[in-house]
Amino acid sequence: MNRKWLPLVLIPAIALAALPLVPSLPTWVTLTVAGLAMGMMIFIMASGLTLVFGLMDVMNFAHGAFISVGAYAGASVLLAMKPAMQAQSLSANLSAIVPGVIAAMALAAALGWFFERVVVRPVYGDHLKQILVTTGGLIVCEQLIHVVWGPDLIPLPRPATFTGSYLIGDAAIERYRMLAVVVGLVVFGAMWLVLNRTKLGLLIRAGVENIEMVESLGYRIRRLFVAVFVAGSALAGLGGVMWAMYQESLTAGMGMQVMVVIFIVIIIGGLGSVGGCFVGALLVGLMANYIGYVAPKLALGSNILLMVLILLWRPRGLYPVGK
Amino acid sequence: MADLLELRGVNTHIGQYHILHGVDFAVARNSLTMLLGRNGAGKTTCLRTIMGLWRASAGTIRFDGSEVQTLETPALARRGIAYVPENMGIFAGLTVRENLIVAAREGEPDDRRLDRIFMLFPAMKKFWHGLAGNLSGGQKQMLAISRAIVEPRKLLLVDEPTKGLAPAIIQAMIDAFQELKRDTTLLVVEQNFHFARSLGDAVAVMDSGRIVHRGRMADLAADETLQQRLLGLSLDTHQ
Repeated sequence: MNRKWLPLVLIPAIALAALPLVPSLPTWVTLTVAGLAMGMMIFIMASGLTLVFGLMDVMNFAHGAFISVGAYAGASVLLAMKPAMQAQSLSANLSAIVPGVIAAMALAAALGWFFERVVVRPVYGDHLKQILVTTGGLIVCEQLIHVVWGPDLIPLPRPATFTGSYLIGDAAIERYRMLAVVVGLVVFGAMWLVLNRTKLGLLIRAGVENIEMVESLGYRIRRLFVAVFVAGSALAGLGGVMWAMYQESLTAGMGMQVMVVIFIVIIIGGLGSVGGCFVGALLVGLMANYIGYVAPKLALGSNILLMVLILLWRPRGLYPVGK
Repeated sequence: MADLLELRGVNTHIGQYHILHGVDFAVARNSLTMLLGRNGAGKTTCLRTIMGLWRASAGTIRFDGSEVQTLETPALARRGIAYVPENMGIFAGLTVRENLIVAAREGEPDDRRLDRIFMLFPAMKKFWHGLAGNLSGGQKQMLAISRAIVEPRKLLLVDEPTKGLAPAIIQAMIDAFQELKRDTTLLVVEQNFHFARSLGDAVAVMDSGRIVHRGRMADLAADETLQQRLLGLSLDTHQ
């Protein structure tokens, strides 16, 4: 029996379970939107990594470097265009945001391409070496960020039109979080279309299941992998700059900090599953916000607990990819 | 008949293990050659070496007039070799239709070839939009073979197509292979002697990584003593 819908039920189930624990409905609405927004940003950062994991069985701990470098590249552009960012005009804000996002994605993609060729390629098939060299690469990148941008925390104000909140009844919904939800949905929708409606997407899904068979059908999987690696790195850069604007600051270690949550998300979702990554990210985002409000001391462990419970239920994640 | 595939002195190592020890045999064009042998004789290694999935450490493999032992798997597939592995290698998370779209390198699957696939394996039409992972074992094998023939191929390598299949499905497979061999050259690894005898034009028998017998399938089928010696089986027990 096809029970693909079951994991989806977890999202409203967690939201409804939190309802009696939160003192008021407006607070619950605010926390829910915050959780969804956080989940969307985590999804953007994690989606590329889960495909790299699934497609080539590569454990890339340097993914955090792509997030940090993307954030710094994007922030450099955004800060250079401060007047446009501070103008109370959506078009003026977008004139800074669009080049900032392009810079973030381009530099992260270029770094991803370099990493695949120089760092990851020599260690295909050896998980221990992958962990060692990609962690080393992450540390080197962090230090390079210190050299280029300095060691101090850099404040990054949000664009003026995305500052403040919408009031829906008594619930305050931050504008930036709404933007994050919209961008996350657009990215998920685009990925879904590519993976399900294009030959390239079918090849990626087939490759995640059985690389050898895809090669036996005449496709050079290595090229496909490089493309996925670069695209995933670009998405990490996009997620990085969004995460930096969300936190209104950036540090060289931000990528490494968020990697723990990203690994939880891709394990919960099922290695290589973009749909699972999406559901997992939303669950983690919601859980972090509800528990962070209701019992802040438990917030750190809540996602670990979520992962343990889900793996007890489905040991290969919510949407295991058939290998 | 000119040979489409020829192996000469092919050796294959997997890690520290020496699996193939100078394999020599040929596959004639427009024929079906059976590769038989006991478990562990090296039959699957032989197919995987031809397909480039394991590299020949010595010897030559000629395909369609060219030496191909140094080519990578995608290049071999593009030269016209299709491979159906022992585990069938279907993409369980894709539908039957999507499996065939992936297999059609040159674009959308050709309608005439699809009609032929549906004629050979009606289940493929019935489950066209169904997930491949939900098919039965026999239907998965049919999908694996359909995928291999969705575009014209010069040589089809098939590893144990009847493994684990019910007798009724095996008969359907025999009928399908009879149809396939009309215009395709096949090299089939098989343990089911009844299947091999029904279809094979030529046979090569392996033991301990070497070819120990080559000849016409009909001759082997008629010589029970030879079967006992080469395969350790009696024809009567495998009918």
